[in-house]
Amino acid sequence: MISAIEFIDVSKTFAKKDGTVQTVLDSVSFFIPAGKTTVIAGGSGSGKSVTLKIVLGLMRANSGRVLVQGNDVTGAKGKELEALRTQFGVLFQGSALFDSLTVFENVALPLRERTKKTEEEIGSQVHASLSQFELDGHEDKYPAQLSGGMKKRVGLARAMQLKPAIMLFDEPTTGLDPVMAQEIYQLFAKTQSEFGFTSVIVSHDIPKIFNLADRVIVLNRGNMDVFSSPEEIQWSEKPHIREFVKMTMGDIYQSHLVEI
Amino acid sequence: MKSNPIANLGNTGLYVLTDIGRMTLFLLKAFRGIFRQPFRLKELVRQVNFIGVGSLSVIFFTAASTGLVLGLQGYYSLNKFGAEGMLGSAVSLTLIMELGPVLTALMVAGRAGSAMCAELGIMRISEQIDALDCMAVDPFRYLITPKFIAALISVPLLTVIFDVVGIAGGYVAGVSLMDVSPGSYIEGMRSSVTNHDIRLGIIKSFVFALLVVWICTGRGYFVREIRGAGFGAESVSRVTTQAVVLSSISVLVFDYLLTAVLL
Repeated sequence: MISAIEFIDVSKTFAKKDGTVQTVLDSVSFFIPAGKTTVIAGGSGSGKSVTLKIVLGLMRANSGRVLVQGNDVTGAKGKELEALRTQFGVLFQGSALFDSLTVFENVALPLRERTKKTEEEIGSQVHASLSQFELDGHEDKYPAQLSGGMKKRVGLARAMQLKPAIMLFDEPTTGLDPVMAQEIYQLFAKTQSEFGFTSVIVSHDIPKIFNLADRVIVLNRGNMDVFSSPEEIQWSEKPHIREFVKMTMGDIYQSHLVEI
Repeated sequence: MKSNPIANLGNTGLYVLTDIGRMTLFLLKAFRGIFRQPFRLKELVRQVNFIGVGSLSVIFFTAASTGLVLGLQGYYSLNKFGAEGMLGSAVSLTLIMELGPVLTALMVAGRAGSAMCAELGIMRISEQIDALDCMAVDPFRYLITPKFIAALISVPLLTVIFDVVGIAGGYVAGVSLMDVSPGSYIEGMRSSVTNHDIRLGIIKSFVFALLVVWICTGRGYFVREIRGAGFGAESVSRVTTQAVVLSSISVLVFDYLLTAVLL
């Protein structure tokens, strides 16, 4: 399996105000296979967002190495960092749309800033992807005028413009109702099968998110457990994983386990 | 451990040093953005319109009121020595060298500085700045540098407008309302204001513009790093208040320093 992202012995600690040190990642190693969907799960404060930030170079690890598409990007700076980031598309928790720009301008921004395309080419590409994400007729609206689900779709359209090799989704369904969350998941599955990118989803939305997952990584107090399938996680003997399954999936899964 | 005063002092010292370092790097990156392509003319025009044109009415009003008060007050004081003829000179020197640059900077800090700080703060907490970083779009070039250039263009021009309107206000108060002769007002001004005085006023306005835009954009950009700011909407409001207070104080401090050095 080719790896899209690989962490080798990565540690990240934060100094707290009272002088103690909080370890968020403790010598963590894992790899995320190319072209597949990997879900990173874990309770709040377990280091999920920190992991994403280290991948993107928004935060630096204290030790260890990070490989993206086989290239060592630990401590990347300037041009190197720019090159690293162009391989990623990111869908932020709150969509992070630029609220002073219209839907069209938001989606066009990466094309205007990162490519030498003419306004005409940009216009036709943006319109094509807006209709692909069912956003026809909303080009001139501002983010404040959109529903939560539409914002996510605009965010996804914007992140897809430069055809990234890896898509990162940070809590993609936070703040959405179950129906809309389901729609977003279907959209993910559809776009991924179309574009074939590697997808990394950080999510609380368990067990639903497991429907999408090829692999699951569970973060827990600085450590990591990797499962090659969502089913495997339910069979784990480790007490903290059992606890996690019980907490997040509830009794249905528990009774299911007991019966078998 | 939290109540240990020495540890607290050390923590505060570290915070202040980190903050100064952070803000200095911020300033350097903002300037570096000026020399990088592409040059954002459209955004620059938008910012000049916001900082400059948008501040015209408040500058006009402040200048007129300051000029009128200076005219009346100056007349009252000078009249005691029978020196009303000096009114033009007194009003124009006060405005050009002191009040013009200082009050313009304070007004811009209150009107445009606060808005810039809040805008960047909100962009930071809603991850819009992270989004720019992730798209490999330099947030300095895109957001900060145009504001710097626009402030450095707008504030000196606003200062000049302030001076002119203020001097006219002094004329109305002294000549039209009181009994100073028009000739002595104009002549007093002409004979006492030198190029050196005007230069000092302009240098001040450039320095103040830089202080205001630097502090206001910097505080907003680093909203998450500011100690005691809290989180979310509250952090933006606190940091905005802090930015306006800090930039106003530094304008006043630098006013004294520049006057002492350059006069």
